[in-house]
Amino acid sequence: MPAPIIKVVNLFKHFAGVKAVDGVSFSIREGSCFGLLGPNGAGKTTTIEIMEGIMSPTSGEVLYKGIPIGSQFKQEAGIQFQSTSLQEFLTVAETLQLFQRLYARSVDFDELVEICALGEFLQRDNRKLSGGQRQRLLLAIALINDPQVVFLDEPTTGLDPQSRRNFWTLIENIKAKNKTVLLTTHYMEEAAQLCDEIAIMDHGHIIAQGSPSALLAEHFDDILVQLPEADFALDGAHPTWEIRRANGMVTIHTDNVHDTIRYLHEHNVNLARMEVRSRTLEDLFLELTGQHLRG
Amino acid sequence: MHRFLAVLHARNLEFLRDRAALSWNVLLPVFLVLGFAFLFSGEEKTLYKVGLYGADGRSSQSLSARGTAFFDTKYIEFISVADLSRAIVKVQHHQLDMLIDLSSGPRYWVNSSSANGYVLERVLWGTSAGDEGRALTKETVSGREIRYVDWVIPGILAMNMMFSCLFGIGYVIVRYRKNGVLKRLKATPLTAVEFLSAQVLSRLLLIIAITVVVFIGTDLLVDFVMLGSYATLLLVFVLGALCLICLALTLAARTASEEFAGGALNLLAWPMMIFSGVWFSLEGLHPLARAFAQTLPLTHIVDAARAVMNDGATLVDIFPNLLVLALMSVIFLAIGARTFRWE
Repeated sequence: MPAPIIKVVNLFKHFAGVKAVDGVSFSIREGSCFGLLGPNGAGKTTTIEIMEGIMSPTSGEVLYKGIPIGSQFKQEAGIQFQSTSLQEFLTVAETLQLFQRLYARSVDFDELVEICALGEFLQRDNRKLSGGQRQRLLLAIALINDPQVVFLDEPTTGLDPQSRRNFWTLIENIKAKNKTVLLTTHYMEEAAQLCDEIAIMDHGHIIAQGSPSALLAEHFDDILVQLPEADFALDGAHPTWEIRRANGMVTIHTDNVHDTIRYLHEHNVNLARMEVRSRTLEDLFLELTGQHLRG
Repeated sequence: MHRFLAVLHARNLEFLRDRAALSWNVLLPVFLVLGFAFLFSGEEKTLYKVGLYGADGRSSQSLSARGTAFFDTKYIEFISVADLSRAIVKVQHHQLDMLIDLSSGPRYWVNSSSANGYVLERVLWGTSAGDEGRALTKETVSGREIRYVDWVIPGILAMNMMFSCLFGIGYVIVRYRKNGVLKRLKATPLTAVEFLSAQVLSRLLLIIAITVVVFIGTDLLVDFVMLGSYATLLLVFVLGALCLICLALTLAARTASEEFAGGALNLLAWPMMIFSGVWFSLEGLHPLARAFAQTLPLTHIVDAARAVMNDGATLVDIFPNLLVLALMSVIFLAIGARTFRWE
């Protein structure tokens, strides 16, 4: 197994009376997409900002290519913060040129403009960009130095579904260039789509880590069959399913979908509005933290 | 160097495109100068000022006793002066219409181009018994009148520079810190020294350019007095702006609160507005207030600029002011650079 490009070792960050990060360790493989998930206040942004060198840890260290982060890391890392402002009165092109000149190495300007689809508003003032355009510019800034590792802190928060899917395509393209991506997100679908490995944080700790499929296999062995409560009219006893009722829906947890559906059909249950689905990361998150990711 | 130039260029563009701030920087001092030129244009036409050197009471009484009713003339203000050479300069500048030395001679000075001086001389002769008035030795000086507007212009230029430097550096860096621009730059290879020096140089270049524009513009409008060297004046303004920028850096080094920065910048600016001799001479102030004024950078900028413009002072004459400004700049810069943080 190749050496990790980034290694986080026993990281602690304590603010006055708050243990924001409380003993976090993990490694990121080169060329992989690593997702850091957690509810608001879990410690994800603090962890990622320590990794970026923006914040100092109370204790612990972050190694980039085996050495503590320093000037080499700054030259080779691309960073998109959760929220950031850019210098005012500059156009998109001027902003990119400013950041381009801050690095020893840079990507081809025209190629970057094409990859991030900035062509239509290249001469527009930063302040007049839409949410999606702004996120694409911030991503372009993160990529301007042809980084080996890219940090994306909730890059699609606040975007409409179409813009979010477009952004996923951009991230897929970055992954295709064998760049390492560290992503934090609120969206389970986004993590499932993009991440090779995820770590779920809660109260400053990592409570689960692995590939999305391995984590789901580890924690769940059932399939969910869902019906409107009005349609779920069974007479008498039914097999010993685990049944949960919420929001007018009945959810049957079963390990044999075929037998379950056949039983319901034989007992004249209306299956017209039935849904069958596998477990998702959202379920896993709910299982582990007791809360939905988007709080 | 690449990184420094990139940030310098970006900051220059930002400043030049912020039309509202740019207009304010140029128009405020021009309006102030025009306002003062208009307000004080008709003042003091009926009041004459005569400086008396060596006026210990006895000598003037003896002159009066010998029939010189000059000292009883209405509408003439007699001002006792202690320094004869400075008083002669004031006659040159029309700040005194006449100067009488009672200690030796006696003799008197008038400005050959001053109408007031001419009238006073006639009054002196007319109010003296016999040829008493004409017996006084006449000394003639020449020099263009220093109007209040001529006197106040160096102060207004320096004051405009002060506001631009304090708020342009202090407020902007605090805003950058608050909205995350500094955090974004921290994530790049840009160093704090590169960032700060680009901010300093950008503001220095732009404020000097603005001061030159305001200087030329107001000169065209009110034709003010400029007796000294332009190069010396430029040096005063460059060193003065640098000192004020460094002062702003010390304040903006850590805080992320625009409200706090605004208050603190005003706390720095207003004492300088009042005690640095922008609007009135410090000569009549309490010694403690004058000592306090010497601790303010603006005092040294105004003093030096005024000396160059109104008195034709040379580099040697204003060297003490320049030295103080240079020392203050070094101290402020050291504090600012040492305490600076990106977030």
